[in-house]
Amino acid sequence: MSMDLRELYQEIIIDHNRNPRNHHPLDDATTQANGFNPLCGDKLTVYVKLSNDVVADLSFVGCGCAISQASASLMTEAIKGKTIAEAHELFQKFHHMLTLDEEPQFSAMDKLTVLAGVKAFPARVKCATLAWHTLEAALNKDTAVVKTE
Amino acid sequence: MTSNASIKTSLDVNKIRKDFPVLNQKINDYDLIYFDNAATTQKPKAVIEAMTQFYEHDNSNVHRGVHALSVRATEHYEAARAKVKRFINAKSAKECIFVRGTTEGINLVAQSFVAPYIVPGEEILITHMEHHSNIVPWQMVCKNRGSILQVAPISYEGEILLDEFEKKLNDNTKFVAINYVSNALGTINPVKQMIEMAHAKGAKVLLDGAQAMAHLPVDVQDLDCDFYAFSGHKMYGPTGIGVIYGKEELLNGMPPYQGGGEMIQYVSFESTEFAAIPHKFEAGTPNIAGAIGLGAAIDYLSSLDLDAIADYEDQLLHYATEAVQSVHGFNLIGTAGHKVPVVSFVHGKIHAHDIGTILDSEGIAIRSGHHCAMPLMDFYGLAATSRMSLSFYNTQQEIDFFIEALKKVKEVFV
Repeated sequence: MSMDLRELYQEIIIDHNRNPRNHHPLDDATTQANGFNPLCGDKLTVYVKLSNDVVADLSFVGCGCAISQASASLMTEAIKGKTIAEAHELFQKFHHMLTLDEEPQFSAMDKLTVLAGVKAFPARVKCATLAWHTLEAALNKDTAVVKTE
Repeated sequence: MTSNASIKTSLDVNKIRKDFPVLNQKINDYDLIYFDNAATTQKPKAVIEAMTQFYEHDNSNVHRGVHALSVRATEHYEAARAKVKRFINAKSAKECIFVRGTTEGINLVAQSFVAPYIVPGEEILITHMEHHSNIVPWQMVCKNRGSILQVAPISYEGEILLDEFEKKLNDNTKFVAINYVSNALGTINPVKQMIEMAHAKGAKVLLDGAQAMAHLPVDVQDLDCDFYAFSGHKMYGPTGIGVIYGKEELLNGMPPYQGGGEMIQYVSFESTEFAAIPHKFEAGTPNIAGAIGLGAAIDYLSSLDLDAIADYEDQLLHYATEAVQSVHGFNLIGTAGHKVPVVSFVHGKIHAHDIGTILDSEGIAIRSGHHCAMPLMDFYGLAATSRMSLSFYNTQQEIDFFIEALKKVKEVFV
């Protein structure tokens, strides 16, 4: 396996795929949205519980490839406890990390950087961003299904 | 370890591989292993050169000019049509309409044959294993015309249930559209029998032949299908060209599909008369180079020992099937008795996309996804499968390497 691929499927991704964090529905969610990647069938629902302007709780359910599941799991860990404004900012940073040719703006300590490796596999970027686009839709109270096309 | 017997063939596969320039490259430092032929096939030099030759020496618009280049271009274009006629044993070349591909061919029949004549309550019958291109055009007709779409069920092995198919046929069934070979499963359907059953009920039949052309001899008169659609790029020809075959008497009775130049006899603002077939259905400047490329692909295939090819591909299929089954955890989807060399598989814990990416890192190209057959995926309760689709330029060694890579996929995840 090449180094690139090794980086992509690093322990953290495999771990988050096998034991996704916050992988359950949220009964008292303030808002939610559905996401779907028609290219491969990745499907998920993101649930958000807001307390004023803070994401008090965040979870997801769904099925899909390791990248999409791990990204969703890592996202819930990163966003929980942040304000809505911070959540939007993190989405932008994450999206840039995967789509622009820049050094990641996350600190090396930040777990989200493991997904930077997805950039080397353009066909998989949509897998990594699905959960984040869905979160954005939930926060913007867009109830239409988010698609990655 | 698989106890697979070695493949034996009279074909000189190494020599054949040299005909296909694209195969000679490395992907991520590994030799390319191209197992995605059902998506599109590679092109032999002869096809590429025929098209280049056209653009370098004979390029001109067809049918309209009196100058030398135009005459040459027209001759090449119509010669390609004659090659198609012989290749599928149509009664006449004018029954072979050039279109962009299978999808356009099916849409042409849906819009020009079925839609003008079908009435509310009448039925169109397809099967559960169809490609979206043989589902959506019929859904569109039904929505527009108030007709009803019926779906014939399949078995878990991926075979048509013939008695169930027959039960779905009734006096209201006006049209039947079925794939000859399934792109997702590799199943070869008993279409001759199905056509007889449909005709007995007064229904006309279209065959989606996209996946058949590269693997099976096709005789449209023997099959007695009313329409037959196929694509050049799935049979070693270029993209952007395909054929819709139709029985002459049916094509003659149909209104045009698209209007424009070429498909007319006479145009005035008071009235316009349409051309006779095939040109009635070929509006605008056609994909001339594409048609010539398709003709060259037919020539190339005809130069090969097609019986030896069929036997070799059958051995490849069995070798690959046994090999995938021998890796614990991978399950086959599509185990029909008669198949072309397509092997679809899943792993309980590893998503098709992840399998595809890891295989790609070792130079192996397979397809991961729903294969434009979402209803079929729903039938199996799956979002996606991984599909290897083979051709006569693939080898046993490539399959062996692929199996080692599959084992590595497991190591990453399990």
